[in-house]
Amino acid sequence: MGAYVLRRLGYGVGVALGVLFLLFVLFFTVTAPDDIARKALGEKAPQVAVEQWKANHGYDRPLWPWQDWDDNLLFDHYTKMLTFDFGLSDADDAPIMDRIQAGMGPSLSLTVPLLFLGLIVAIPISLLVAFFRETYIDRMGVFICVLAMSVSTLLYIIGAQFLIGKILRWYPISGFDADPLLLPRFLALPIIVGLMSGIGGDVRFYRTVFLEESARDFVRTARAKGAGEARIMSHHVLRNALIPILTRVVLAIPFLFTGSILLEAFFGIPGLGSITVDAIRANDFSTLRTMVFIGSLLFVLGQLATDLSYGFVDPRVRFE
Amino acid sequence: MTALLEVRGLRTAFPSASGPLPVVDGVSFDLNRGEVLALVGESGSGKSMSALSAMRLVPKPGRVVAGSVKLDGEELLDLPVTEMRKVRGGRMGMIFQEPMTCLNPVVRVGTQVIEAIQLHEPVSTADARARALELFAEVGIPDPDQRLDAYPHQLSGGLKQRVMIAMALSTRPEILIADEPTTALDVTVQAQILSLLRDLQQRLDAAILLITHDLGIVNELADRVAVMYAGRLVEVADREALLSDPRHPYTQGLLRSIPALATPGEPLPEIAGVVPSPEQWPAGCRFSTRCPKRIERCAADFPEETAPGEGRRVWCHVQDAPATGEGA
Amino acid sequence: MMGLAPHMLSNLVVLALLVGLLGLSRWVRRRRIWLESAQAIWQRRRLAIVVIAAYLSIALLDSVAWVGGVPEGVADVLPNQSLSVLDRLFLDTREASYSAPFADFEWTGGEALRHPGSHVLGTDILGRDVLYLALKGARVALLIGGLTSLISIPLALLFGVTAGYFGGRFDDFVFFLISTLASMPGLLLLIALIMALGKGTFSVCLALGVTGWVGFCRLSRAETLKLRELDYVEAARALGVSEVRIIFRHVLPNLAHLIVITFVLTFSALVLSEAVLSWLGIGVDGSWGQMIDGARNELSRDPIIWWNIGAAGAALFGLILAVNSVGDAIRDVLDPRTARTSE
Repeated sequence: MGAYVLRRLGYGVGVALGVLFLLFVLFFTVTAPDDIARKALGEKAPQVAVEQWKANHGYDRPLWPWQDWDDNLLFDHYTKMLTFDFGLSDADDAPIMDRIQAGMGPSLSLTVPLLFLGLIVAIPISLLVAFFRETYIDRMGVFICVLAMSVSTLLYIIGAQFLIGKILRWYPISGFDADPLLLPRFLALPIIVGLMSGIGGDVRFYRTVFLEESARDFVRTARAKGAGEARIMSHHVLRNALIPILTRVVLAIPFLFTGSILLEAFFGIPGLGSITVDAIRANDFSTLRTMVFIGSLLFVLGQLATDLSYGFVDPRVRFE
Repeated sequence: MTALLEVRGLRTAFPSASGPLPVVDGVSFDLNRGEVLALVGESGSGKSMSALSAMRLVPKPGRVVAGSVKLDGEELLDLPVTEMRKVRGGRMGMIFQEPMTCLNPVVRVGTQVIEAIQLHEPVSTADARARALELFAEVGIPDPDQRLDAYPHQLSGGLKQRVMIAMALSTRPEILIADEPTTALDVTVQAQILSLLRDLQQRLDAAILLITHDLGIVNELADRVAVMYAGRLVEVADREALLSDPRHPYTQGLLRSIPALATPGEPLPEIAGVVPSPEQWPAGCRFSTRCPKRIERCAADFPEETAPGEGRRVWCHVQDAPATGEGA
Repeated sequence: MMGLAPHMLSNLVVLALLVGLLGLSRWVRRRRIWLESAQAIWQRRRLAIVVIAAYLSIALLDSVAWVGGVPEGVADVLPNQSLSVLDRLFLDTREASYSAPFADFEWTGGEALRHPGSHVLGTDILGRDVLYLALKGARVALLIGGLTSLISIPLALLFGVTAGYFGGRFDDFVFFLISTLASMPGLLLLIALIMALGKGTFSVCLALGVTGWVGFCRLSRAETLKLRELDYVEAARALGVSEVRIIFRHVLPNLAHLIVITFVLTFSALVLSEAVLSWLGIGVDGSWGQMIDGARNELSRDPIIWWNIGAAGAALFGLILAVNSVGDAIRDVLDPRTARTSE
């Protein structure tokens, strides 16, 4: 197992470096530093101001390491990103790292409950639907899932804000308060919306997993032993279904941090997703760069965690 | 004395675009106490499905549409599901072909055997485990105490099949159904498992319904043989009688084509043609399309059951006649 | 192509599509497996297929355009502006501003409308007929789904099949590329690309295509690896058949069902992504997403203006539901793992 982990770790590092390279190409060559400066200062800014701005933000060096291997933007990019020295925002010169640290809390407060609630709601429903496979309940369930999946998240958000926030007035339409006592009220609506928009796809996925596991030979053996359908579901199917389900859940963990862009923006939650949206609106390339990098890093870590978690649920992997 | 298992007119069908297809089409046989009955046939003959039908384990969308299956006089096909579950595993055990996939990969094998016991008897886990230990020793698993805690993938194919056998016999069922138990195993392991089955059968005096396509296995284990073709029985006889004097042309063809019995230097005899798919079944005898002894009425009239003596049953118009050269 | 006016390009594409469709239907009719699959899918999802056909027809109506032929005195038409069939159907329907469905008077101010009672779904803030806007969105949506897939699927096949078939260093490189791209958060990458490439239909489609090819690439690579080991492929290689021929005659046809499944299933995901992009301000002009984004604030007015967002939302939902529905049926029929056997 140890060698396997090291190999996966090494590959993950390689991917992270690759991501940084792609980011560099994307952000610096497709949009040159001159353009970035003009976006911040305005199209008509005089070249002198542009040069000054570039100098202030460290963009005044050559892009590639042809002339000087350690005094160019590529080298800077790598060293800064890898040491988490994210620098200043292109839009308002605020330190990016501070912003990120401030934003992590709110993002997590939304996505973590959402993840758990999603599991608690979706898995029993899928178990039920899979248990009654091929019957009316199953077909209805699948149809509702397809229906739920076909509605754009935008519409869910708008609809929920309108119905629950404005008409029924159960919860505030948007906003955030760090006070743990007041927080749930502000999180209620985004969590409801998050659940509604995700449940369709989740239940369909889990249902497929449960159905596939139910069709396996060892289920037939269990039936031949005289086990009842309920016991088969809970003791045989569920345990094996955990493997693909766990993969999906662990893979979702990185996104807990990056937050849901839509939910945060619409519901005024000052998390990492909000930061990203603000960066887009303000053409803030340095912040955007950082957010993409963090996202990728977390994803690579998530992959690793998934591979490791296999060892816990699948004894075949454990004893390699 | 009534047979332990009486199957009469069993018909199991699967829905298809051209209507329901009777994969098992009116099969009747008896399994007596303490005997080994081999159900022989090619893939698709309906032999496995017959056994699954008796256990009411037919996979959806198939279902048993007609017939009766009586265990010691009790009709199984009418039983409520909760009662049937007591029969399954309790009075009738079944082992399958692929030990690789038939055991739950994330549960220890000992636990799976304990589950089989506890589903039918109110024993404590400790007692069940002790029983499992004995069973493992009985089926010849070395280091049984350690093996109880092993996961399936840690065991070889032969060991897994022994576990399956232990699991099936843990409740001392009256009948053991073995569906191609050695097909997926190496030849040497095959021999071991076969001798194990023979031992257990003699010791426990259990009845075994052995499903196989391998006549060599039939020779080793069976007391009586039932041959199936395209969903129906074609011949039933005692093993000796069948192997030395087959009456049905299909059985004759099968025996002739065994390499071990062939004459070296001469071409290996074969049964010409292929098994027809259900849509192509003729109205009469289903083997008529390939039968070297066929006469005109074979394709049109399905032969009635005849009993030419000594407990034999044959479904054939011509039986002993010499080849007509009209077939194939 | 350079000197071709955009509407002529559109007309040519429509022609090409129709010819292509004809050719495809002839080809499907000749091959029994595809014919049976098509019939099975039709059996299961008649309504959804009809709905999709309706959307397609509307989109086609909006794609056939020409200049001229406009009667005198119609407002808002520039001299050399090309107008599609759809445009011409709604030619002179402009109002000043909002109006409710079937209303006779304006929403604010209460002045009489120019075309009282004729706006089935009301008008938007600029006075345009909402039904007209919703119908126009069909072409945009289909364009997004279609054009993007036209970019991403061949790209995925190119890399996936060659990586899977030839293996070695190239395969390692492709696998690394896939892993890297896959680990970048899709939406963020998309946004970054669009900001870099600029706005506009083509760049949005390009960005969607470039971020979306990874999944199918992985799939086609895995399938090619399996196909490469098949006996008849090995036999072909032993006979000296050129690798390219093997790929085109043996590998690609076996991927055809996967291509169909992937195309249909990702179509809806693409259209929904574009809706989010529109909300961020970097979507495609005239899309339903844009309509929804523009109309959000109307819901907080009192009394509420609901018809704009309702129309766009319903149109979006209708297409996505139909496509998802058919996509499910297609997967059930074509996927070898879930397809029923006759026994």
